[in-house]
Parts: sequence; structure tokens; C-alpha cells
Amino acid sequence: MPTKIEKDVLSGQDTTGHEWDGIKELNTPLPTWWVYTFYVTIVFAVVYCALYPSWPWFTGHTQGLLGYSNRTELTRELDAQAKERAAFVDRIRAASLADIRKDPELFNFAMAGGRSAFQTNCMQCHGAGGAGNTGFPNLVDDDWLWGGNIDQIYATIQHGVRNADDNSRQSLMPRFGADGILTAPQVAAVTDYVLSLSGHGKATPEGAKIWQEQCVACHQADGKGNQELGAPNLTDGIWLYGGDRDSIYRSIFFARNGSMPAWGQRLDDATIKMLAVYVHSLGGGR
Amino acid sequence: MFIRHETIEKNVILMVVLTLITVSIGGLVQIIPLFTIESTIERVDGVRPYSPLEQMGRNIYVREGCYLCHSQQIRPFKDEVERYGPYSLAAESMYDRPFQWGSKRTGPDLARVGGRYSNDWHVAHLVSPRAVVPESVMPAYPFLAQRKLDYADIADHLKALRAVGTPYSDEMIANARADLVAQVNPDADPTALLKRYPRAVVGKFNGQSEAITELDALIAYLQMMGTLVRFGDLPPERLRQ
Repeated sequence: MPTKIEKDVLSGQDTTGHEWDGIKELNTPLPTWWVYTFYVTIVFAVVYCALYPSWPWFTGHTQGLLGYSNRTELTRELDAQAKERAAFVDRIRAASLADIRKDPELFNFAMAGGRSAFQTNCMQCHGAGGAGNTGFPNLVDDDWLWGGNIDQIYATIQHGVRNADDNSRQSLMPRFGADGILTAPQVAAVTDYVLSLSGHGKATPEGAKIWQEQCVACHQADGKGNQELGAPNLTDGIWLYGGDRDSIYRSIFFARNGSMPAWGQRLDDATIKMLAVYVHSLGGGR
Repeated sequence: MFIRHETIEKNVILMVVLTLITVSIGGLVQIIPLFTIESTIERVDGVRPYSPLEQMGRNIYVREGCYLCHSQQIRPFKDEVERYGPYSLAAESMYDRPFQWGSKRTGPDLARVGGRYSNDWHVAHLVSPRAVVPESVMPAYPFLAQRKLDYADIADHLKALRAVGTPYSDEMIANARADLVAQVNPDADPTALLKRYPRAVVGKFNGQSEAITELDALIAYLQMMGTLVRFGDLPPERLRQ
């Protein structure tokens, strides 16, 4: 409570009237620009509170005159974007994969969309350029586990490999060593046989015998594999889990059985079609 | 004037009391409605407490400070939704104690990482991130694949969480150890586990070890993240806050 406002002799300003042990305080006015900025912020706050959701109450909050909600806003933005893309996306949805490849305009759109979806969803396993990694197939070469024509690629992306999707690619190589189907020396013998299929090392008659008994059902007598079962071609020197003797031994002893998610459960059909077109065009598509 | 300026300024106790009253009004206006507003937590189906194995994985996630580089919150913006999937709901963090929303993305958001990669990928990536993603700057966690999971006290973890409000039933606590072991054994019958914890992912997550390792628990947690709510069946008005 100001008691005695005086004029300060040195500065010519009024004092506040407060006094602490003989020390008095000057009442210097705030700069005008600051004061008016402050008033503007008050007006802004009042207008903002009226227009947007702002004040909470016990069971709800004010909705604001504009009815804004960032979730509704997002839905609106996504709808607008879908409409913008619809010209192409609807055609892609309707067209067959073969037709998309034939129509240069659609093909360009599918390549751009597929590339973008690949960089978001696929590159973590298959690499940014699609060259794969140990355990994650190379998509640039022409060696395919489950088939390299565009419809097969589409089905693999849509349903994935060895997952819980009803139509996923399924097959299960036995754990020949770990489950006691073959002894360690027998696994070693058939490892040598497998190596000899691609021209490395020498096979023993025992290895050939085990090969005939255990492996030909899926990998075929000539070792060229079977894409119906995802059984890889063992003659081409392309190895998903390493081609040295130790890696192949482990592949037979423990089996590998890699898996891939069913992207149909996450991405819409048009995106999967664009991905199929993109992956097919990476270099190895049949 | 009822209380003089001078009286307050010269009486420390009175000033502290009045300051606390003033500050708490500001706090209460912001905090109380969070407990009473009905739309804060969306009413969606599917969110359940973490299974014992997921909870152990979550403890490892917290221990290793994953939240320092990975957020768990997809914001309702177009670019985030396009990249990561449906935006995060408050309901999905209902049983997060403490929540792991994070505030920094050196790595990607993980709120919807569940089911996105295979278990083998998670093993390869956590043991040596650059083996699968050459441009990654994430530290390697090879020791997780070696260290056996210490789950002797799992029931106590669930009890502690129940004490702060997570609805673990007596049955869940009694079966905590059995459920943990069942979730990491693909040959066991998962019926009881899945009844208590619907949509839990069962499997030997770390194929490199026969024992139950810390990596198994962490991958079990990662594989369930963001998978409990089925967004396809959700009418948008249920999500309006």
C-alpha cells in the first residue's frame, strides 16, 4: 500500500512509496511498446479461447466456435490427399499387375509410390537398394525363393512368409541335427555334398545317399530347389545364410526358416501393387 | 485493505502460504480435469496389461534407456501417420508405468513396431545394428542375447504394478512365471496365456539361445507394441477427444 509517493531528485521519477530500511524504490514506467504488446497478447488469448478448445471443466472442455480438433483435422487432410491421388490410385487398384507395367503413366506412378513405400517399410531388412543381407533375400538378383514373376512377388508381399497370416508362404525345413534326424558326421557329409552342387569340394558317397533320402523332396535331385516350397536353389552359389562350410553346416543342423510379415495387414492393396511393380523392376523380375 | 502489501512482504510464512495457494490454483485447474474429463482416455477395446514376458522386456527397455532415442508416440500429423501408422491413443498408454513416450527421435518411433519385422531381424539388429541397417547409429546390444533373463521375481513386479493401479488379477499373478515361460516356448499350449493376455505373440524370439534371455523378453515387448487396438473396426467418433 503506497504511503508516501515522492519525486526522486536525481532521476525526476516518482517513487513507489515503499520503503525498506530507508531504501526507496523508483516507479519507472514500462516502455510503451512493451505495454501495448502485453495488451495485444491479452486480446489474442481471449479470441483464442473463444475460437479453439481451451478451458477444461470437470467432465469436458469448451469446444470453441471453430469446432477444431487435431484428429478431425488430420482425417480431413488425409481425405484430401486420398482424393488428390485417387486419379492414379483408383486406376492402379482396378488394373492388373501386367496392365500397370504396360501403361507408362501408371508404371511411373507405381514406381514412385513403390519406391517410397519400399524405403519406409522394406529397406530395414532388404537394404535401401534391395540388395538384402545375411538372412534377408537380395531382391536385385534373379534368384527367387518363392518365385520372381510379378504375381508371385505380389503374393509374397501381401501374405508374407511363415507368419500367422492364413495365406502366408509356408514350409518348414527340419532341424536335421538339433532334432536328431541326422548325426553330426552325417550333417557334415551332406554339407560336403551340398557344397559340391555348386562346384566346391568333393562329395562322399555317404553324403550323396543322405541327400537322396532327406533333401531331394524339396530341393530336387539336381539341387535346383522348388519355388512352390521356398526351397532354395543350391547349385547357383547364391547363399542367403552364407556359403562357407560352417554356415551351410549350421543351416542343415539348425535349419533357418526365415519369416516375413504379411504386409496386406498393414498396407492397402494399391500400395502393395506398387511395391510389387517396384520390386519386380529392381533387376531380377521374371 | 484486508491484507496490507507490507504485511505480506514482511512475513515469510504468510507469503509462502499465499504463494502456494496461488500456484496450486493454476496447477489444479490443469490437473483435476485430466482425471474427470471422460474423453481423455478413448474407449477402445483390446488394451490389456502387459504379459509377464512383455513386462520384463519393458523393464529392459527402460533399463537400457531406449526412450532417449526412440519415442513411442505417433502424433496426429499426416507425415507421421503415413510413415508409422495410426496415431497413438491415450488408451494405448493406459498401463504404461512409467510411460515411455520419449521426446526425441534419434531413431524412429516405435509405437507401432510390433509385427513390422521378423524375430530374426530383431535379433540381428539388436546384436549388431549395422549388420542389417548400414546407416544406423544405434549402439549394439549383443550382451542381451547372452544374459539369462532373471524372472524369479516376476510375480512381485506384477504385484507392484497392481498396487499402483494396473488391473492384474490374482490368477495372473499366481500364473506369472508359468505364463512367462509359456510365451517363449512355441511348443507349449498357449491357450491359458492367450486367455489372460489376448493377442500376445508366442515364440522363441531369440533363436540363438536355448535359454530364456533378456533378448527374448525385449523382442516379445517390441513385437506387441501398438498391436492391441484394431484400428480398422474403430469408428472415428470414438477417437475424438
